[in-house]
Amino acid sequence: MSERPVLITRRSFLIGLNLSAGGLALGIFPAWSRADEPSGKSGKAPTTADAAEEAKAPGLNPNPFVHVGFDGLVTIVCARSEMGQGVRSSLPVLIADELGATLARVKVVQADGDAKYGDQNTDGSSSVRNFFDDLRRAGATARQMLVAAAAQRWNVQPDTCVAHDHVVEHRPTKRTLAFGELSAAAAKLPIPAEKSVTLRPRAELHHLGKELPFIDAAAYVTGKAAYGADVRVPEMLIAVIARPPAVGGKVLHYDPAPALAVPGVKRVIALPAPKAPYAFQAWGGVAVLAENTWAAMRGRAALKITWDAGENGTYDSDAYRRELAASLQKGGTRARNLGDVDAALAKAARVIDAEYYVPHLPQMPMEPPVAMAHVRGDRCEIWASTQNPQEARSTAAKLLGVPEERVTIHVTFLGGGFGRKSKADFVSEAVLLSKEARVPVRVQWTREDDVRHAYYNAVSTQRLRAGLDGRGKVVAWLHRTAFPPIGSTFAKVKGPTAEDLQQGVLDLALDVPNVRAEACAATAHVRIGWYRSVYNIFHAFAISSFMDEIAHARGQDPRDVLYELIGPPRTVSLADLGIGKLPNYGAPLATHPVDAGRLHGVVQRVTELARWNDRKREGRALGLAAHRSFLSYAACVASVVRDPERTVRVDEAWLVLDAGTIVNLDRVRAQLQGAIAMGISNALFGGVTMKKGATQESNFRDARIAGIRDVPRKLHVEIISSDGPPCGVGEPGVPPVAPAIANAIFALTGQRIRELPLLRALRV
Amino acid sequence: MTIRLRVNGVDRTVDADPEMPLLWALRDILGLTGTKYGCGQALCGACSVHLDGQVVRACVTPVRRAAGGAVTTIEGLSPDGNHPLQRAWMELGVPQCGFCQAGQLMTAAALLKAKPRPTDDEIDQSLAANLCRCGTYPRIRAAVRKAAGLPEK
Ligand code: FES
Ligand code: FES
Repeated sequence: MSERPVLITRRSFLIGLNLSAGGLALGIFPAWSRADEPSGKSGKAPTTADAAEEAKAPGLNPNPFVHVGFDGLVTIVCARSEMGQGVRSSLPVLIADELGATLARVKVVQADGDAKYGDQNTDGSSSVRNFFDDLRRAGATARQMLVAAAAQRWNVQPDTCVAHDHVVEHRPTKRTLAFGELSAAAAKLPIPAEKSVTLRPRAELHHLGKELPFIDAAAYVTGKAAYGADVRVPEMLIAVIARPPAVGGKVLHYDPAPALAVPGVKRVIALPAPKAPYAFQAWGGVAVLAENTWAAMRGRAALKITWDAGENGTYDSDAYRRELAASLQKGGTRARNLGDVDAALAKAARVIDAEYYVPHLPQMPMEPPVAMAHVRGDRCEIWASTQNPQEARSTAAKLLGVPEERVTIHVTFLGGGFGRKSKADFVSEAVLLSKEARVPVRVQWTREDDVRHAYYNAVSTQRLRAGLDGRGKVVAWLHRTAFPPIGSTFAKVKGPTAEDLQQGVLDLALDVPNVRAEACAATAHVRIGWYRSVYNIFHAFAISSFMDEIAHARGQDPRDVLYELIGPPRTVSLADLGIGKLPNYGAPLATHPVDAGRLHGVVQRVTELARWNDRKREGRALGLAAHRSFLSYAACVASVVRDPERTVRVDEAWLVLDAGTIVNLDRVRAQLQGAIAMGISNALFGGVTMKKGATQESNFRDARIAGIRDVPRKLHVEIISSDGPPCGVGEPGVPPVAPAIANAIFALTGQRIRELPLLRALRV
Repeated sequence: MTIRLRVNGVDRTVDADPEMPLLWALRDILGLTGTKYGCGQALCGACSVHLDGQVVRACVTPVRRAAGGAVTTIEGLSPDGNHPLQRAWMELGVPQCGFCQAGQLMTAAALLKAKPRPTDDEIDQSLAANLCRCGTYPRIRAAVRKAAGLPEK
């Protein structure tokens, strides 16, 4: 590998620890061993290279994702951001399996933001489900070329040769040639057309669904993994920004002198105020640039600023909640309609009616947003913990008025994302400041900034109404939902569209003859954004709580009522759902239908595991919820107990997921364990409140998240094994957790809480 | 002001405002970026390091308090990542995003030093203020037990 043109200049220019030129620590599968290099050419483990350099390196390089060096080292590019979901330990393995590579001789490098990798937005639980076949094809293409090269060398038919364990073997004679010996010849062959590339049968993907080596584990436990704030370059200044309390607010007057008097502070720069729609613009305010973070923070504290509150300066959570309720009263756009709900409700023997509220939720990734930009003339280089490098790149290019090619963006490790880091606003800030200050500038968000200036999950109010016939069977179902949608961040919109209701409302299997769902008006006064599971959080909370309410109103077992409501195992057609179309998270219904059987299946399994039938005899207070999201099916049972310190506490939880084919079993399990913790945070503590346009909470003290004592010691996750098409895994575990807890609290206390966070509303 | 301290066994001098929190002295001046900023208010534990053997929150510990003292950060927990806790952490795949893990490990290391065979309550108690947004808590518990040689649950 010594001949490879590694970017020495840029590497030596970075002071950061263990950084590759691309900013992210180089990943090598744990069993990496230099001793068994087939060609013995390279005496050293590869140093590092960024993905763009990789493409130029000698060797077999049929596509942007895979490279086979002359020494047999296979380099695989991970184009999705690593934020804790283990994507770097998952996607590359698919390619390696298709190729027939030995993981110990595979190196993973992180892609910069570039269109050639396809969509890099690490969002929507899409990394595996959208790239499963494409990435396999990338590996299979390289394999086919290596096989062709071997067949040529031996003068045999390619179909008598197979690739495995980093060699191509001629089956009849058992001769083998190592990948490294073939890569030069393979590189000269034509790249096979997509349709002539054959994928291996599943059984040959040896690592699929197994517990895979965790490529970044060592970097994580030694402090060597480099996150956004760990990137350092000479001459760099750190910026901390005082932002107006409400989005759209402006600086009326400020005095930079006290900030400049703080030792270490170099510059004070006012940022332009954004105009609605706010999209990925910087929030505005006044930035303090200093030699170190502490000086920048002290400088910010010393600033004296008078704000103009701006157009959202009266936003108030209590008033807004009343507004949303009024909007529900009026009704909205029909997004789902089956039979005649009004007539059925009018005739119903009994009507059950409930309203649910879920506040804005801030993502609060453990690492607050950080981006560094270095603008030099018409070029710009960026390092950021971003979920969406392409978006950040085009945002930067637009700000600078330069073509995208002039902007390079390196993705660091992300200290969590949960949707927050899909937005490029913090990158915009770094770009504006570096341009003005003419030095590299790293913008550091404090936790307070993060809580106050996030892109919150939408606040929502929902009204559900069910009409029951004389025997208690549900014959009418009306669901109205009002929330300011994410679309409001990018355009002036009056409320959710019918499509926004795909998240849990349209795709709910119901065996009810009359069903209607309505999207009700709601305008935004803060930036709304993605948050792990997004609208599914509040839709699942309302629907699963409501099903539990119906069961208790009928004096029946909530599980039986859930089965009855979703109906018998079947694929539910659009006509049966009462909708014209379903966005279905971008997947075709043919491969990913609305499947009541799979929903039933996760409920059945989770209640078996939780010994649901014995709960009364054992004196346990259990709650159940199930939800389809991101094409997967998840069900949760929570057990709650009274707790002297914390009123109630979850003491045991079960979560079952059916996500089709699983690539990396251990990381998916970790995602589910994490989903329970996040679900507990959402349920018990979550949410921010707004007054005069400003967020009242600011740090973990008042914007609480679950700590170790809030998460049960007895925590069970199970993944249903399946070879169906892969579905989302990062998000689907979250939605059923909060309603399961709410339902368990009802079982324990008899109190029905229809809003989050549950602990705020719980009467002790 | 020049402050002398021992960091991971090496004598270092820091030329800084004595009130600067140890966290920023470590990260910005000494270039030891393994210790993380998560809240700045002693609420999350991401910045946990050892000062003279005790766990402190580096974000609220003025660097002057470390003058003449010995600081251990994640970079110095073991020479080559083989502290029993680091090994257990890797074997059980504890980290998700990894950002809180330096703080978790430093806190757990101090716990095991004081209580080589901690009870479940002691584990939870000692890590109660080390937040993990990814929710790695079940594996943290298991890995602490494993490193302590306690039976699997
Ligand atoms: S950063 Fe020090 S406790 Fe959070
Ligand atoms: S592993 Fe992500 S915050 Fe703990």
